[in-house]
Amino acid sequence: MGSHILLIEDEPNITEALRYILQREGYRVDTHSDGASALETIRERRPDMVILDVMLPHRSGYDILRDLRAEPTHADLPVMILTARGQDKDRDLATRYGASRFMTKPFSNAEVLATVRELLAR
Amino acid sequence: MSFNLLVLVCLLYVALLFLVAYAAERRAAAGRLGWLRSPLVYTLSLSIYCTAWTFYGAVGYAARSGLEFVTIYLGPTLAMVGWWWFLRKLVRVGRSQRVTSIADLISSRYGKSNALGVLVTLMAVIGTTPYIALQLQSVTLSFAVFAGPGPAGWGRGEPAATAFWVAVGLALFTILFGTRNLDANERHHGVVMAIALEAVVKLAALLAVGVFVVWGLVGGVPEMLARIDSSAVARQPLDSGRWVTLIFLSAVAFVSLPRMFQVLVVENSDERHLAIASWAFPLYLLLISLFVVPIAVFGLAELPAGANPDLFVLTLPLAFDAEGLAMVAFLGGFSSATSMVIVAAIALSTMVSNHVVMPLWLALRGGGASMSGDVRNIVLRARRVSIGAILALGYLYYVFSGGGAALAAIGLISFAGVAQVFPALLGGLFWRGATRVGAAAGLLTGFAIWGYTMFLPSFGDSGPMSARLLAEGPFGIGWLRPQALFGIEGLDPLVHAMFWSMTLNSFAFVLGSLFSFPAPLERLQGAQFVNVFGHSGAARGWSGGVAEAEDLLVMAQRILGAQEAQEMFQAESRRQGREGYLPDVTPDFIERLERELTGSVGAATAHAMLAQTVGGSAVSVQDLMAVADETAQMLEYSSRLEAKSRELARTARQLRDANEKLTALSRQKDAFLSQISHELRTPMSSIRAFSEILLEGADEMSGAELRRYAGIIHEETIRLTRLLDDLLDLSVLEAGRVTLNIAPVQLGTIVQRAVTAAGSGRQARRLRIRLEDSGFGVTLRTDADRLAQVFINLISNAGKYCDAERPELVIRARRRGDRLDVDFVDNGSGIAKCDQEVIFEKFIRLSDQARAGGAGLGLAICHEIMLKLGGRISYLPGQGGTAFRVSIPLVASQGGGAEAASQGAGGSRAAAGR
Repeated sequence: MGSHILLIEDEPNITEALRYILQREGYRVDTHSDGASALETIRERRPDMVILDVMLPHRSGYDILRDLRAEPTHADLPVMILTARGQDKDRDLATRYGASRFMTKPFSNAEVLATVRELLAR
Repeated sequence: MSFNLLVLVCLLYVALLFLVAYAAERRAAAGRLGWLRSPLVYTLSLSIYCTAWTFYGAVGYAARSGLEFVTIYLGPTLAMVGWWWFLRKLVRVGRSQRVTSIADLISSRYGKSNALGVLVTLMAVIGTTPYIALQLQSVTLSFAVFAGPGPAGWGRGEPAATAFWVAVGLALFTILFGTRNLDANERHHGVVMAIALEAVVKLAALLAVGVFVVWGLVGGVPEMLARIDSSAVARQPLDSGRWVTLIFLSAVAFVSLPRMFQVLVVENSDERHLAIASWAFPLYLLLISLFVVPIAVFGLAELPAGANPDLFVLTLPLAFDAEGLAMVAFLGGFSSATSMVIVAAIALSTMVSNHVVMPLWLALRGGGASMSGDVRNIVLRARRVSIGAILALGYLYYVFSGGGAALAAIGLISFAGVAQVFPALLGGLFWRGATRVGAAAGLLTGFAIWGYTMFLPSFGDSGPMSARLLAEGPFGIGWLRPQALFGIEGLDPLVHAMFWSMTLNSFAFVLGSLFSFPAPLERLQGAQFVNVFGHSGAARGWSGGVAEAEDLLVMAQRILGAQEAQEMFQAESRRQGREGYLPDVTPDFIERLERELTGSVGAATAHAMLAQTVGGSAVSVQDLMAVADETAQMLEYSSRLEAKSRELARTARQLRDANEKLTALSRQKDAFLSQISHELRTPMSSIRAFSEILLEGADEMSGAELRRYAGIIHEETIRLTRLLDDLLDLSVLEAGRVTLNIAPVQLGTIVQRAVTAAGSGRQARRLRIRLEDSGFGVTLRTDADRLAQVFINLISNAGKYCDAERPELVIRARRRGDRLDVDFVDNGSGIAKCDQEVIFEKFIRLSDQARAGGAGLGLAICHEIMLKLGGRISYLPGQGGTAFRVSIPLVASQGGGAEAASQGAGGSRAAAGR
């Protein structure tokens, strides 16, 4: 049984692509598309890892990340930020809030898979 | 003459009135007021003073009491000429304060007190009901005269039936033309025109009968004079006490009768008309009274002894077989009665709905005027019901009073009842010290004494007052005898009642005012009324409002109607130097809005409604100080300061606006890169991911999977292309390099095209589109493709963003002067005020829902297109959902207009500093 990955992303086509490549590798993938209820979903589903978009409806991925890290149970949960905003200040912000990895769109499937493997291996 | 013919003539006459009223309303609606608002019409409308009482009763009065009837005409004549100073002030105050009735004026003057409004309304209803009954009685009597005593089904029950149907007909007419529009400022053109016509009819009828008598029957003026000399009419003694009382009474009644106030003040459209009426109306009175004595003298001499002198005007021509003339006389009487009842019912229903129904409704709802429901409908319905109720009261009074007493007696009782308002009215206009307590005390005292000494005894000893009470006083207390108060005996009952009621009324008013302290709002209103010629509108009753302009707009729309309210708010916005529909909520603005609403629902109600929305009607310390020390210097100084501070406030506001805009712009510029990067990267992510998936494993995939992934790639490339197209389109538009294909095209065609084009999307199919296509036939000279592009954008936005359970979009068009407004209103939750400012900027997407699929350029493009087309697109607040208004010029000339428009666009772009 593969690890459990929660994908928080509101763009349906990107969701579908990621789900496809992750499932092909044997991971169990859950998806969620709304910012406001994302935190709650993470608490409920207890994934092994989270892939988090930034520009989500109702709540930014940064805010979600910051709140998530404030909870002791989630201090070490691997979180990969995957965003279309690729400026340095975005990367800095993600790091400051405690992202495990920061990747920009468009991404290479192989790179995503490699990063996921690495994060889950830790 | 057959009864049926009479009914037919009546119906024809009423139909004519309908026609005249209708035509006048149509003319007024088309804005061609012209002679509808001439001094002549105004003067003629004043003639509702001459009711059936004057028409029939004056002759009866002369036959019974000689020349005394002249007092009824002398009073108003003296009032028009001698009280010029008072009337002019009354009309000025009425117009500047948007007064809707005499009750409204009293309530407004004494601190917008609704209690006073209710009191005056009650007095007016009690005082007017007998008068309406009197009119019904006169019409019924005149019908009976024609029908004759014959057995043809004209039994005892019939007069009541006639009165009933007359009352029903009048109620119908009044409702139809008296409650058409709400704002009293628009006035009742139809009704005024109809009563002006009736004024001519009754005058002509009385003159015709007079001429018939003098030249047709008696044989000339000298013979007539001889007859008068030898008649008993001329030898009646003159009772100077009664004369003075009657002249005073009718002068006072002339200005305090609710119906007179309606035509004199409320319907007045131009103060100068009053100056002309001040000599023209006495002339009318002179003409209408000219033949009263000849008719009375001749009638007494020639008709059988038992004949009712009140009906000489009718019975004389009938007795001498002049049936045509009798018919004219009948119509004259009919006119006098109907015009009085119509105007009285309008005036009373306005009072009842503004001072009784609306306050009750507001109190019962409790939730505040801006909650929900169309207030206009409620006000109008209240007025309609009131009209019905008032006429029903008149009818019931007629039935229960048995239709017995002589006409003049009822008329005088009514006069004396409404005259009780006069001290409070006069004091309110000229005495700063007059207070609400004083006014209430005076009104209550005067009215009570009137009821005790005049109204109740008028029912006779079979009425509520027994013969014993009248003769010996209550419980045998002699000095409380209703017709001999304080033991003063031997006075004429009328003189007695007038003397005591007016004296004690004024006494209570003055004492009450001296020994009470006015509330702040009373002081403000008092200053505005008394100094109406000095500084109009200097004092104000509102301090800094906490209301949102949008809430106020929602409320105003419900009362004034959407168009008026929007125009008013827009004008205010422009006055404050800003754009859009939402001005700053300044005390000045609330004041203006209150005055506007007052014209519709009365001062007290308007004040209460605004207080509910604004949150407490605060009178600030500054306002009180302004009232307290009112030396000319202080005023001038403070008004200079005020102007300065207003100017400063305006500058500050403009700076704040500019700053806000600049900050927003720079924030956006900052966001621009990250935005465009995001917008490009998102579709590219999908394309890259799926093309990698296809590259790696196309061999193992099913055909369906292959097609699906290739389809996504295809879809995303289209999205990229569209984004690039939009960017290009916008830059072309902004650079002004666009060519427009201006051609005539019907609005409906463009709307249809847009609806079809926008209806194909996924979300768009959920959206129900309702076209209110009354304005769609207009032909525009514009670029149809570009305009359709704007419409498509708005429709598909509604499809994407409208968050209602069942999304619905209404599209309607209305012509406004030289432009056409097309509104797109959906039923979603609307756009927050802070966002309304920026939605037309580039890359603004309020919800960051990616599913929307646009890059946030749509509205920016629409904005640019509309500028190019010489129009504009704006957000329309206060409509419930999201609403956009597209304004298209109707008079754009070919080519030139487009060029001018594009230059204008370039200018505004430069101003925006891009």
